[in-house]
Amino acid sequence: MTLLRRGEYHAFDADGAPYVYLVPSAGVFRLDDTSAAVLDALGEQDLEPSELVRGLSDRFPVADLRATVEDLLNVRALRLVDRPVEAPVASPPRKRIPLTTLVMNVTSKCNLACTYCYEYGEDKIVEASRKPRFMNEETARQSVDFMFAESGESPMVHLTFFGGETLLNFKVLKSALAYAKERAVTLGKTVDTSLTTNATLLREEIIDWIVENDVGVTVSMDGGREQQDKFRIFSNGMGSYDVVLPNIRMLLERHRRRPVGARVTLTKQNLDVESIYRHLRDELGFWEVGFAPVTTSWQRDYAIQEDGFEAMLGQFQRLADEFLQYALAGKHHGFSNVRDTLEEIHKGMSKAYPCGAGLGLMGVATDGDVALCHRFAGSDSHKIGSVTGGVDRGKQEDFLMKHHIANKTDCSTCWARPLCAGGCYHEAHTRYGASERPNLHYCEWIRRWTDTCLQVYGTLAERRPEYLAQFDG
Amino acid sequence: MRHLTPINKKARHIAETTEQDVVALQGGPLTTPSGPHIPLGCTFVFSPGWETDASGGTAGLCQPVERDLFDCHITCFWPAHVPDLYNYAPDWTGKCASAQKDWRKIDLIFP
Repeated sequence: MTLLRRGEYHAFDADGAPYVYLVPSAGVFRLDDTSAAVLDALGEQDLEPSELVRGLSDRFPVADLRATVEDLLNVRALRLVDRPVEAPVASPPRKRIPLTTLVMNVTSKCNLACTYCYEYGEDKIVEASRKPRFMNEETARQSVDFMFAESGESPMVHLTFFGGETLLNFKVLKSALAYAKERAVTLGKTVDTSLTTNATLLREEIIDWIVENDVGVTVSMDGGREQQDKFRIFSNGMGSYDVVLPNIRMLLERHRRRPVGARVTLTKQNLDVESIYRHLRDELGFWEVGFAPVTTSWQRDYAIQEDGFEAMLGQFQRLADEFLQYALAGKHHGFSNVRDTLEEIHKGMSKAYPCGAGLGLMGVATDGDVALCHRFAGSDSHKIGSVTGGVDRGKQEDFLMKHHIANKTDCSTCWARPLCAGGCYHEAHTRYGASERPNLHYCEWIRRWTDTCLQVYGTLAERRPEYLAQFDG
Repeated sequence: MRHLTPINKKARHIAETTEQDVVALQGGPLTTPSGPHIPLGCTFVFSPGWETDASGGTAGLCQPVERDLFDCHITCFWPAHVPDLYNYAPDWTGKCASAQKDWRKIDLIFP
């Protein structure tokens, strides 16, 4: 006998109204009283349609109930018990995805010695001493050529400089960007450039170059003096706050054409998200501030433990609420973690992979080896090609098959998988020794954070839809 | 779709796709090319029953033909052929616990 059962979805309330986030389609629907009652009635048990309708017929017209069941079946918020659910199958992308972002690790050297650094710290995966410490101009040019060659039909490419400390190799940055711009003109493409820096070496000449070339800048910074100087130190143990502060002020004052962001690494010892945000956004004037928990194996002293994740979530939620109030009032709020998730929810992204690594994004090591992303650049076991030899398609396909969400059994029952898809490969590699493993240590956190963002999304959709229109492009 | 409101882009896309399921023939052919059409019903998945078996009969089907009665209530194109279970004959299948064994107990309905 055909029974009705709830399909896969996550129910949430926003601004007093009930919503569902459908899985795996990632569609967001607002329910009315009838559809909410139908889903509610199927919470405890599967029901035959006639039984379901009879049970609710004292509250809703029968015709409405029937139409609702049909709607819910159509969007797959309901399913028929005897219809098998299609099991997802891992398959490589049908078309080759063009490379749209190339991250160039122009140096593996750094003038800071941050304790938690994944490149140099206790969890490093790349043996930096076996590679040249600096990328030379020729490899940089070859990387640019590789980028354009792999970009296919894409009219725009993003070139991101990374390190080590990127600005230690300013000479190569300058020549690589000049070359990239020249090639872009010849090829009729646009190149967008950005870099990440610790801000210790920002000086007038460099800022001039940044402004002149419209380079997007992200500063790695952990907050106020006390917060910054806990881990972001020079090799002699001296904190870097007093060194970076005047540089950042100068950068923010002069680089007005593009928003400058701060990127904060949260650790067990540095979890005061709100005060960090206040300092970086309100006092220093960064346009936006993004937070990420430190990538580390669990036993390290600075690894965030369970109670830390709980505390972090509470603070994220408070800032998300503030974000919502700002957005409702038509004002900018710089908590970029919310904004990024809202955009993904708005577009209805349902990911086969957690990020574009190895697909539309790749990282180049100082010697020209191409890896999944900048975090793996230089690691021989994650190499998928070289700037001179191109991408090894066999390796790339292997990687894509192995890392597909369909192969992450743990994720198959999680409603947050359309957005999370198992999380960062590098995080998984550091934590579990295998990049294809889902990051099970923060599942609950991701679900609750996604739920928070869905609530913000639903409220904005209801009360200020024009805010969301910015993501339509 | 009156009881669900699509909110994000994907939901709107889903709504548009499912809205096209029923097309009035007198309206003529669709003027805009439609997306992939996936009817929900017995043709959606391989649900044997109403076909014939290899010999052209029904004895060798892997599910009894009577099972169709229940498979067609909701989603398929049979509403004219089974009684209206919602309004007039809610108990029509009351005596039929298992279609395969009890199908003879299903009676005719005269509205």
